Amino acid sequence: MADVIDVEGLIKRFGAVTALDGLDLRVPVGEVHGFLGPNGAGKTTTIRVLLGLMRADGGTARLLGGDPWAEATALHRRLAYVPGDVTLWPTLTGGEVIDLLGRLRGGLDRGRRDELIERFELDPRKKSRAYSKGNRQKVALVAALASDVELLILDEPTSGLDPLMEEVFREVILQEKRRGDRTVLLSSHILAEVEALCDRLTIIRAGRAVETGTLAGLRHLTRTSIRAELAGPVHGLAAIPGVHGLTTEDGRVAFDVEADALEPALRSLVAAGVRSLVSQPPSLEEIFLRHYTQDGAGARDEAGARDEAGAR
Amino acid sequence: MTGTGKLLRLILRRDRFVLPAWVLGLGLLPYIYVTGFDTLFSTDQERIGYAHISAANTGFVALYGPLHGDSVGELVVWRGGFLPVMVGLAALLTVIRHTRADEEAGRTELLGATVVGRFAPLAAALTATMAAGLAMGAVVAATLIGHGLPAAGSVALGTVFAVTAGFFAGVGAVAAQISGGARGARTIAVLVLGVSYVLRMAGDVSALGDGTLGWLAWLSPLGWGHRIFPFGTDDWGPAALAVLCTILTVAGAGYLLTRRDLGGGLVAGRLGPATAAASLRSPVALAWRLHRGLLIGWTAGFAALGLIFGAVASSVVALAEDSAGVGDVFARIGGTDTVLDGYFATVAPICGVIAACYAVQAALRLRDEEQSGHAEAILSTDVSRFAWAGSHLIFALIGPAAALLAEGLMAGLLHGDVALLVNAAVVQIPAVWVLAGLAMLLIGVLPRLASLAWAAIAGCLALMMAGPLLELDQLVLDVSPFTHVPRVPAVAFTGVPLLVLTLIAAALGGAGLIALRRRDIG
Ligand SMILES: Nc1ncnc2c1ncn2[C@@H]1O[C@H](COP(=O)(O)OP(=O)(O)OP(=O)(O)O)[C@@H](O)[C@H]1O
Ligand SMILES: [Mg+2]
Repeated sequence: MADVIDVEGLIKRFGAVTALDGLDLRVPVGEVHGFLGPNGAGKTTTIRVLLGLMRADGGTARLLGGDPWAEATALHRRLAYVPGDVTLWPTLTGGEVIDLLGRLRGGLDRGRRDELIERFELDPRKKSRAYSKGNRQKVALVAALASDVELLILDEPTSGLDPLMEEVFREVILQEKRRGDRTVLLSSHILAEVEALCDRLTIIRAGRAVETGTLAGLRHLTRTSIRAELAGPVHGLAAIPGVHGLTTEDGRVAFDVEADALEPALRSLVAAGVRSLVSQPPSLEEIFLRHYTQDGAGARDEAGARDEAGAR
Repeated sequence: MTGTGKLLRLILRRDRFVLPAWVLGLGLLPYIYVTGFDTLFSTDQERIGYAHISAANTGFVALYGPLHGDSVGELVVWRGGFLPVMVGLAALLTVIRHTRADEEAGRTELLGATVVGRFAPLAAALTATMAAGLAMGAVVAATLIGHGLPAAGSVALGTVFAVTAGFFAGVGAVAAQISGGARGARTIAVLVLGVSYVLRMAGDVSALGDGTLGWLAWLSPLGWGHRIFPFGTDDWGPAALAVLCTILTVAGAGYLLTRRDLGGGLVAGRLGPATAAASLRSPVALAWRLHRGLLIGWTAGFAALGLIFGAVASSVVALAEDSAGVGDVFARIGGTDTVLDGYFATVAPICGVIAACYAVQAALRLRDEEQSGHAEAILSTDVSRFAWAGSHLIFALIGPAAALLAEGLMAGLLHGDVALLVNAAVVQIPAVWVLAGLAMLLIGVLPRLASLAWAAIAGCLALMMAGPLLELDQLVLDVSPFTHVPRVPAVAFTGVPLLVLTLIAAALGGAGLIALRRRDIG
């Protein structure tokens, strides 16, 4: 089966600004795909191109097997979208907006709608102008989640939700995931959310994908930090390529090590005699910070810069 | 109030084109009228004859206000009697734009977190608008004095402009506090302006007859302006009254501001239905929800206008009978033979231009929807851009037509000849559609400059008001679609220009729709 989203070399310019600069993004059926990047990286622009709201200046984009620009309306029947900045018609109530958007998408599941409204603790009788940001977000979420569609495109859907509601959102998405046939593109700045929900993720920066893969795979690309108390002096540790930021003090060592160098590094520790050892897997934050703050064109070729990140 | 100065500079920067445009555009018109009258009358005799018949003409008095003398200055004040309405409109829109609309867009919140006092945005908006009003008054006075008109009268007319701007700036400020949003604020403030106009009209027309309702004009802030009588008695009492009431409205707005939250209004929100009605399932159904208030309001307003015009018509007939000798000047201004036909031929195009305001307002809703992000929500569903744009455009076409029809019908019912007056009203529709089409074209091709459609209406109005008086070249007059509308009932009905106007409207709108389909949304 073809990918639900298949974007290759996408280019979008706004006058002098190049918002998308050869972006690649691929999301297979049934996957919850995290879409991350610093502010202004081009996430929303990518989504707008996928929705046929904007026309790309170059590259190809396929959505559900069709052309998002030329076949926009036909494709929209099969997807639901939650914009990053939800604005609603001030004189319509939340319930009216949910029903209207659901019907325009080709119908929504009444029972599911009511269930979601309850779970998100939303009062559907309020006029939209009276909703807080989080409640507006909930209206858009309920409208999207209650539609029976193949693809959900969510642009920072939990910005504005309180932690309890964020938890509800996670449960609902996990529930969707179990069905197995729904695909979700989830743009987010919340790492814990991405970690909890996403099978794979793509990190973009300045309009280009700098990293894509599973979380485990991404972890593999970064360093584990090791702290150990040793019985005797250790030899040759500093010489192993892939060991960074080594400090030795009173028989204690601390260093960061790349996945490939883990085995030889541990061997030399064992040779010296290990009294205690603490190893910490790379945190997601580290992965992101590295990609967000650097010119992360290549993941492995900037050892110097990485040392900087390792020193944090 | 901290930060008012900074905000004031921001407003002046953001409005660096708009403010001078209305200050000069409206401020120079009295001078243009003077030059127009200079060329229109070759002898004092002609001018005096024209003044005397005009002063007694109910239609003109209703439209422009009372005329008390026959000097050039007084004629200009009278003929420019509609200008204060436009001054008031510009003032209230400016204040609301820089208070409520900013608040809605979240800009005020952003500024509120910096060192800006609670009253600063309101104070800055009022200061900018009132300063613009004073500048406009100065332009009026200076140009008229420069042309050799009496200084006292010139200053008095400038004062009319300035105090009108000031008062309606205050009205805008109060409306911005009462309503829950910018759109509601505009509706309230424009309603106050409309009621002022109608009160003034009713009072002045009554004063021509037995005068029992003459006091109505004193209830109208627009009426106060006329009662200053520039170039006549130059009476400063009404000006003082206007200033006093301006202070009261400003104080009221300040008080209301302390009584509400940022983003909220005084009119509290009520709960509505938890589910949508079964009919709310298409873009048109949504557009109906968004446009129905506008449609009902405008249609009711036009029906009221029709009643007034129809009621006034019977007194115009009586006038026509005893003024056979002076019809000549009217013929030149109105292009018609009889005073009654001239009256309706004057009134109908004005209704047309006002209906065009509605058309442009309804069409620009489309752009509003895009900018506010609502379009994104709709267009990401199974709704095509044509269907979405069409759902709003339909109201821009049908709405003004319904309003004009209501006006013609009401005028006809009161005056007696329904068919004739409905005809006079509906012939304006194709010209109105041209402006709706132009708005659509701008939305499609130059979305950022879509509000230029308002400038087009202002241009049409200026050509209509000043064009014949200035005896402008026909080529210039032809730019306005309203020039091509047959002046029914004074002139026989002809279908061809209407057909051509409709085709032009369709071409403009169609081109706009196609452009909209090809461009980025948002
Ligand atoms: N309509 C537009 N006109 C001009 N520039 C735009 C437009 N939309 C986006 N941009 C620019 O394109 C770039 C990418 O913006 P985009 O909104 O896609 O970022 P994002 O990844 O969604 O950021 P955020 O995390 O802040 O939501 C930015 O530099 C932005 O300024
Ligand atoms: Mg974004």
